[in-house]
Amino acid sequence: MVTITQSALDAVADIPDGATVLIGGFGPAGQPVELIEALVESGTRDLTVVNNNAGNGDVGLAALIGAGRVRKVICSFPRQHDSHQFDAKYRAGEIELELVPQGNLAERIRAAGAGIGAFFTPTGYGTPLAEGKEVREIDGRHYVLELPIRADYALVKAHRADGVGNLTYRKTARNFGPIMAAAATTTIVQVHEVVPTGAMDPEVVVTPGIYVDRVVVVPTAATPRPEEDQ
Amino acid sequence: MSSLQTPSTFVEGPTRLGKAELAALVAADIPDGAFVNLGIGQPTLVSNYLAPESGVTLHTENGMLGMGPEAHGDDVDPDLINAGKIPVTELPGASYFHHADSFAMMRGGHLDICVLGAYQVSARGDLANWHTGEPGAIPAVGGAMDLAIGAKDTFVMMTLQTRDGQSKLVEACTYPLTGVGCVSRIYTDVAVFLIDRDGDHGGDGAVVVRETHGVTFEELEALVPVPLRRP
Repeated sequence: MVTITQSALDAVADIPDGATVLIGGFGPAGQPVELIEALVESGTRDLTVVNNNAGNGDVGLAALIGAGRVRKVICSFPRQHDSHQFDAKYRAGEIELELVPQGNLAERIRAAGAGIGAFFTPTGYGTPLAEGKEVREIDGRHYVLELPIRADYALVKAHRADGVGNLTYRKTARNFGPIMAAAATTTIVQVHEVVPTGAMDPEVVVTPGIYVDRVVVVPTAATPRPEEDQ
Repeated sequence: MSSLQTPSTFVEGPTRLGKAELAALVAADIPDGAFVNLGIGQPTLVSNYLAPESGVTLHTENGMLGMGPEAHGDDVDPDLINAGKIPVTELPGASYFHHADSFAMMRGGHLDICVLGAYQVSARGDLANWHTGEPGAIPAVGGAMDLAIGAKDTFVMMTLQTRDGQSKLVEACTYPLTGVGCVSRIYTDVAVFLIDRDGDHGGDGAVVVRETHGVTFEELEALVPVPLRRP
């Protein structure tokens, strides 16, 4: 049963110290800035955060890292021109980094939501990021064993929700949202608007409400303007 | 393994290629109707030389097929960006999908060509393009490892030499690897090389030189520390 609220702070209030949190977004697109900033306000510490990046500028994930609340980041691409908050913590030895190839990151999250215990992927074979991992040759090709990334919470930005938590997204802001929503024990979603149940065409639902626990309505969500970067 | 046609005769051009000329050369080799991912940086330039009537569809790994040109002014939408986080546009026929689907279509061999930059490529097609291994550098891999091994053909675009004159085509990569045996062609300012992974260019393990620009075949042999062959 989904809870719909106007308060981001209420929605994230029970996230405990030491939690593993999946945070949606690819750089600024799809980043649930208001939910993350509520997490900053709530004071939760020692978080393990899973995101593609490690924060942009000084808002959202960058603010959470800058406030010293993140113990470990699992991501594919921390270094960007505006990742100064992460860079400083990393260089000071105050944050742990697990670097994961982007497709493996996505598939590990997907696997968690789909109940898959592990999978063999060709990505990363023969590289430093596969060191120490089990390798198997299947039909003449080499694969690396990767494990799912499960989480206590997911913070996701979608576009619309209906009254039962069905979600749609906008353009490339979809990115990690659907797979993260499925991979966490508790999924908290911020949306631009909530439409009445029955008003969303079932054919266009991207994330079914079964994966969604809390919906926060943020009509004027901040999306940092994208800047050229890797 | 490569399904692409390649000229069977060796061509020699008068001058080295600039970045734009190199991008045009890669674009000319992309078959009509292909599904293509262009890596961040120099490979992005290739899109400037793909004719709209070619029916080439661009994939961006952050969840889109049918990506259009860079967006400007009122067309900028913060929810519509490419893998380099640059605002882009959508073309008729575009589609959006989540990250796991995007990498599944890549890893599953559904993309025809991926074009990437490189620090080094080995004679057997190993790629190093994500990390120089410098102490103190913050490592970042992004989708490089997935891209390298995912497409049916992986093309590399790079200068043949480093700033201090070292060949980036090497016997074995000294930088950390991105992928093993994944590169099928190398487009450089000086020559186009075909990696003979499966003997499909008759190279017997040698690297086949399809064309040179500004050097003769013999001069190229002196620049590159791996055995070369004419087609």
